[in-house]
Amino acid sequence: MSWLIFALIFWAGAWWLNAWLARSIYRDSKGVRVFVPVLFGVTLLILWEGLVRGLNVSPVILPPPSMVAQTFANSTDILWQDFTQTVFKGAFTGFAIGSTAAFLTAILIDRSVFLTRGLLPIGNFVAALPIVGIAPILVSWFGFDWQSKAAVVVVMVFFPILVNTVQGLREADSMQRDLMRTYAASYMQTLIKLRLPAATPFIFNGLKIATTLALIGAIVAEYFGSPTRGMGFRISTGVGSLSIDLVWAEIAVAAMAGTVFYTLVAGIEKVVTFWHPSQRG
Amino acid sequence: MKQALAVITVLLAIVVLWYFAVAPMNIRVSLDQAERAGETVTPELSRDRQQMSAWVLMAQNSSHIARGYELDRPRLPTPVQVGQELWKTTGEMAMRGRAMSKRSLIYHGWITLQSTLWGFVLGTAVGILGAVAIVYSRVVDMSLMPWAIISQTVPIVALAPMIIVLSSQLGIEGRGVPKAIISAYLCYFPVLVGMVKGLRSPAASQLDLLRTYNANGPQAFLKLRLPSSVPYLFTSLKVGIAAALVGTIVGELPTGAISGLGARILIGDQFGTPLAIWAALFAAAILAGILVTLLDVLQRVTLKRMGMGA
Repeated sequence: MSWLIFALIFWAGAWWLNAWLARSIYRDSKGVRVFVPVLFGVTLLILWEGLVRGLNVSPVILPPPSMVAQTFANSTDILWQDFTQTVFKGAFTGFAIGSTAAFLTAILIDRSVFLTRGLLPIGNFVAALPIVGIAPILVSWFGFDWQSKAAVVVVMVFFPILVNTVQGLREADSMQRDLMRTYAASYMQTLIKLRLPAATPFIFNGLKIATTLALIGAIVAEYFGSPTRGMGFRISTGVGSLSIDLVWAEIAVAAMAGTVFYTLVAGIEKVVTFWHPSQRG
Repeated sequence: MKQALAVITVLLAIVVLWYFAVAPMNIRVSLDQAERAGETVTPELSRDRQQMSAWVLMAQNSSHIARGYELDRPRLPTPVQVGQELWKTTGEMAMRGRAMSKRSLIYHGWITLQSTLWGFVLGTAVGILGAVAIVYSRVVDMSLMPWAIISQTVPIVALAPMIIVLSSQLGIEGRGVPKAIISAYLCYFPVLVGMVKGLRSPAASQLDLLRTYNANGPQAFLKLRLPSSVPYLFTSLKVGIAAALVGTIVGELPTGAISGLGARILIGDQFGTPLAIWAALFAAAILAGILVTLLDVLQRVTLKRMGMGA
């Protein structure tokens, strides 16, 4: 019971503190901007802990975060092994192949107005489809190991990046292209010096969408067969064998991997597109 | 018109490429079948064939290529086979009055559609309420917005089995609720982001004008902020409903569901019937197309009546 009361009091206190900070004179400082969401997240964890302990929820149903953290610390070797299998081999390989292929295809398509006009609506449509469903087909084509996971990721990330790149390549307006023509710039020069830089915000938009898709694809594909390692494998077997705390530890790893991957791409974007209005500020 | 021509050409090109891909993809299976049927195959042993590339096999067994286009369990079915399977499990069953039979994709599509719509309603409600809270409260903006972004970088599939286990432990019967939660999880974010943008889209001068009319908070919200957010809302609803469908299928895939399009894919995988998987995939694509088109029409009608139509 005391756990429950403590959690509720902490919640009220954190709420009050955040409300006060958001109205205080420091509200635009960097520290407060980071502190407020962090406190919100910590409050959620403490509420979870308090509710689980206070209401005596069985750890088989929902383990408290502290127990998950303990499991996490005790099984770092398993988690790391699964992480390399799923994220490095499956997701990253697929992401690299898929984004490169999409990028090159976009540049090729872009030379033909007709192709662009035909492929853009199709690409937009396919990008909205539940492509994860092809996972079982690709697993049966490419086998159980990471190659099939990478293949699923390739297909999943291909269309968002393709569509965004094609759209980005149209971003340079006719005035700017005309200017390049008055410089007697060749197609390649115009592409590299004008159109690709102008397209980078769009390309990164596609890449950022693709980071999450890559992890989803790699994990889903493991539900359809994998060697005895990998995050999806561990989650699906963990749910069956009631080692729920290990499943939550895997979920924590997946969450962190997703966030770090996204932040990484967003960070690269910041460096590459420093000139764009959305990055100045 | 030009656009339609271009799209049709590209689609045709895809179908042609698909047809060509069927031969190398299926050559091994069809050679195995031919061998079992007692026909001559070079090389004769299946083990030897494993070492050779599909192209060499095709060149040496050109008479068996055609077999690959009419296999029962192909690695890659032809578009016609997929279309036939799709028709067999939808239109044909509907004509025999068995549209809601458990073997019919209409039934499974209906199950998936229900969860998708529940998830869509839930996600849209959460997204809109969250956006209103974010626009009106600084604390919520500062504490919620970063987590909303982080929530989307978390691969939902990792969480999906847990959501299903948890809800069954809480005594919720069936899979409708957990599936709806998963699809709401994917669906709320585009709505939230779009609505925050939309609700903030009125210019300061417009808000000032309302203040000179002595309009109070709810009035400013109902007469200015909400109407000007509608175009943003529809754009994000279209993204949202597609995301909700993805969420439902993800919720059906890894968790041993027995009904729904995702479950058809899963069952097709377990029973080794690729045609069922492909038919379910195309049914899902058609469903997504219909849903997005419906919202698109709704958007056009609404915006036109609001005087914002293009």
